[in-house]
Amino acid sequence: MNDEHPEERGTPIGRRVFLGTLALGAAGVVAAPPLQRGLEAFLGGAADKDPTGLTGLLPNGGGFRYYSVASSVPRKNAGSYRLTVDGLVARPTTYTLDALKALPQTRLVRDVQCVTGWRVPDTPFEGVRLSRILDAARVRPTAKAVRFTCFDGTYTESLTLDQARRADVLVALRMQDKDLGHSHGGPVRLYVAPMYFYKSAKWLSGITVTDEVRPGYWEERGYDIDAWVGRSNGRDDDPTS
Amino acid sequence: MTPRADTPPVTADVRRFTTLQRWTHRTTAALMGICVITAACLYVPQLAELVGRRALVVTLHQWSGLALPVPVLAGLASRAFRADLGRLNRFGPHDRTWLRAALRRDKRHASRPAAKFNAGQKLYASWIAGATLVMLATGLMMWFTHLTPLLWRTSATFVHDWLALTMGIVLAGHIGMALADPESRRGMRTGSVSREWASREHSLWRE
Repeated sequence: MNDEHPEERGTPIGRRVFLGTLALGAAGVVAAPPLQRGLEAFLGGAADKDPTGLTGLLPNGGGFRYYSVASSVPRKNAGSYRLTVDGLVARPTTYTLDALKALPQTRLVRDVQCVTGWRVPDTPFEGVRLSRILDAARVRPTAKAVRFTCFDGTYTESLTLDQARRADVLVALRMQDKDLGHSHGGPVRLYVAPMYFYKSAKWLSGITVTDEVRPGYWEERGYDIDAWVGRSNGRDDDPTS
Repeated sequence: MTPRADTPPVTADVRRFTTLQRWTHRTTAALMGICVITAACLYVPQLAELVGRRALVVTLHQWSGLALPVPVLAGLASRAFRADLGRLNRFGPHDRTWLRAALRRDKRHASRPAAKFNAGQKLYASWIAGATLVMLATGLMMWFTHLTPLLWRTSATFVHDWLALTMGIVLAGHIGMALADPESRRGMRTGSVSREWASREHSLWRE
């Protein structure tokens, strides 16, 4: 019997490997915060000395991830970029990139927090306060909200007028002290510091003042409209503002 | 004279997998393939920029991931499949010999005794099953953002990312080994292997 079925009486090591893998996965979730800090420090150091760029492909919670909901996104530069401000305003306006650069710039340094979990600590953003652009357009008294559209042709976002007028909401031109590149939503993106990063629409091309909040792209797909980091989407840890 | 029902047919081939087992493997492989390809399009910046359409790719990734355990669970209805799970679970002394030889890179058949599945296949099966469920659990935490607080989601993302990389490497090994052994692939494709291959690669395999 034993000769014929060498496995019949063997040790159930397969089950142990299976359960051990599950346990390791659970332990990994529990131990992730310190592990992640250690790995980020180590990989950050290794990336500085890595001429191949392969370390850039490793999972790194400290990096940005490229998100686009469109199939392809046109490229805009100082010559072709325009930002229109319209809707319930007395003075509809179109800004060129140079016109935005000529306005007073504000620099904020906060953590970028994606709703799915990844975060980029202490990221500087620089640009024009949205409140300044709204004031210049003379918002009508019936206005309640602001809708944002993007030159990827698909993405939309929205804020209430009160949210849009906060001092930590920017029409951002620079990130990490560099001009915003295409993959980060350049040349101009929205930056809503106190909210999850899906509110910070990339490739911003339109600001429309409206009489009610219209849900944005991901909000039609289930995410919270008021996306405060710390008070929405099931989160209860420290807010970013 | 009517042959007795339990007399094995005299052929050069041995039955290795039933039709249901092969379909279980095929559908699992297809779902895993969709998971891996969509994961690459979500994660590798160059591919993400090329493909875009994030909502579509995310939906494909989520549903193929959710469906990934289904073929194996359905396979449990089959006695042959359950019997093979039992074989994958149990390790005998010959498996220890096989693993030692593998660690020494000793490729001689005599030093790699195996029954229906060798020790490497057993480890692979157990590990990939556990890893898939860890991916499912962490993936659900990232999918349903109201389920857990953000700190958990950040941790789930961390485990999901690193385990994805590990699984990618292990899967490449699995596929690479299949590519190197046509008779083993024939076993999974047609259900049968040659008796000669079976006695060489799986000398302790008895039905």
